[in-house]
Amino acid sequence: MKTTAPAISFHNLTLGYDRHPAVHHISGEVARGELLGIVGPNGAGKSTLLKGIVGELKPLSGSLDLDGLTKRDIAYLPQVIDIDRSFPISVFDCVALGLWRKIGAWRGLDARGRDAVDHALDTVELVDLAGRPVGTLSGGQFQRVLFARLLLQDAAVILLDEPFRAVDAKTVAYLVALIERWHREGRTILAALHDIEQVRAHFPRTLLLAREIVAWGETRKVLTPGNLAKSRQLSQAFDSHAPVCERDEEEEARETA
Amino acid sequence: MIDAVVQPFVEFDFMRRALVGCLAISLAGPPFGVFLMLRRMSLMSDVMGHAILPGVAIAYLLAGLSLVAMSLGAFTAGLAVALAAGLVARNTALYEDASLAGFYLMSLALGVLLVSAQGDEHELLHVLFGTVLGINDAALILIAAIATVSLAGLAVIYRPLVLECFDSQFLRSVSPLSATTHLAFLALLVLNLVAAFQVLGTLMAVGIMLVPGISARFWAKGVSGMIAVAVAFALTSSIAGLLVSYYAKVPPGPAIILVCGVFYVSSVLAGLRGGLLWGHVPRKHLEA
Repeated sequence: MKTTAPAISFHNLTLGYDRHPAVHHISGEVARGELLGIVGPNGAGKSTLLKGIVGELKPLSGSLDLDGLTKRDIAYLPQVIDIDRSFPISVFDCVALGLWRKIGAWRGLDARGRDAVDHALDTVELVDLAGRPVGTLSGGQFQRVLFARLLLQDAAVILLDEPFRAVDAKTVAYLVALIERWHREGRTILAALHDIEQVRAHFPRTLLLAREIVAWGETRKVLTPGNLAKSRQLSQAFDSHAPVCERDEEEEARETA
Repeated sequence: MIDAVVQPFVEFDFMRRALVGCLAISLAGPPFGVFLMLRRMSLMSDVMGHAILPGVAIAYLLAGLSLVAMSLGAFTAGLAVALAAGLVARNTALYEDASLAGFYLMSLALGVLLVSAQGDEHELLHVLFGTVLGINDAALILIAAIATVSLAGLAVIYRPLVLECFDSQFLRSVSPLSATTHLAFLALLVLNLVAAFQVLGTLMAVGIMLVPGISARFWAKGVSGMIAVAVAFALTSSIAGLLVSYYAKVPPGPAIILVCGVFYVSSVLAGLRGGLLWGHVPRKHLEA
């Protein structure tokens, strides 16, 4: 199922907030079926890049090509989750919403759908809690619920933003096994992580980001002490008096010259 | 006893009309109250009740005490405020409460200005306090039609609405319906207020949708259960409120809302899911 055709390509992409770039002039390609770790210090633009891919942020300049994939082919687990956990909804119903692509706003959940939900809950070992309101779960259990929902979304591209935060070692092992299974199924997975050892252990390829690309390629070649030091240097504080970036124009001028 | 309950409705036509009108808004309004409570927008409907005032006043100045004109005016004003607030909240840093407060106060001020500039005060009291005992056929048909439309509309947007309340980020990622759902909810809410203000007046209209909805939180585990409980509370309050009003010779609107209030206070105290009194009953904890 693996091909080398890019699933996502960035063309001189700049993303940011209020004209301040958080991801600055990056270009490159993520191949279909790739398992890519995105690493970098705080403020390096990891989350911003993922938000750009799902379309929550519009590029300030440059562009991003999803090779015909639409929003519905992308499953996204954000870092700051704006979920109202006091909402009266059961674990089962919450996970079942992962089937949105099949059931949409109006169709009912048939026996096959219910089996799929049970199976997903079984995979994350939460079958016993299916009837519980989501508000009664622990942080790690809730993270597993979100993974079960991702499982049902059956998406070609999966974006995970710090998926292991507030999760104990056993649960991490669990979630890593799930990610590796998705990888074997040929899905494209991008995960922003701060734990470098996790990336070394499980991610074949890595993008080291510090607003700009520091290094991108095979994990062991990217995560060298030299590159890591460079990434820490590059990621300075948010400069509220930053001058206007002229790089687009410069590059165009060079091309036309 | 049963005779005392049935007799006023059998004997008097105006009581029967009042009953039908109140039952219709009791069926349609409380589900919206449940969602408003869950979205922490409880006070928003109160705000909307005030926001419809300039629309009613303008319609009254233009067309006199015409039901259709006033409903249309109320709907237009309410929708304009709700949409403007919704759009500002979605596209700026303001949260919905703040953007709504900005618009509704403008609307209310305009309404008060218009009402005081002109108009027969006595007739406008109907607008503020409702005409529950003077509902005519046209009003009944309008109220019934609105109740039908809003229940059907709520059924259509139910799943996206639940998801919009629970995890709107996820809804946005799987479906383009997020903004539509939110705006449809606001439109249906305003429609319900228009129906309710005919009966209870702009001041009390929100009571019948909100107070039962809030009380229901203490009795049911899921959203659908809460809706069922809220509707049951509202229907009971309508009947009981009308009877209290009949026998005690007090205005029916406030009587109905006060009965809702009795349900609310009892729920807060004795509700099976988180009622205050249960916290003071000594019970041993369970096995881990």
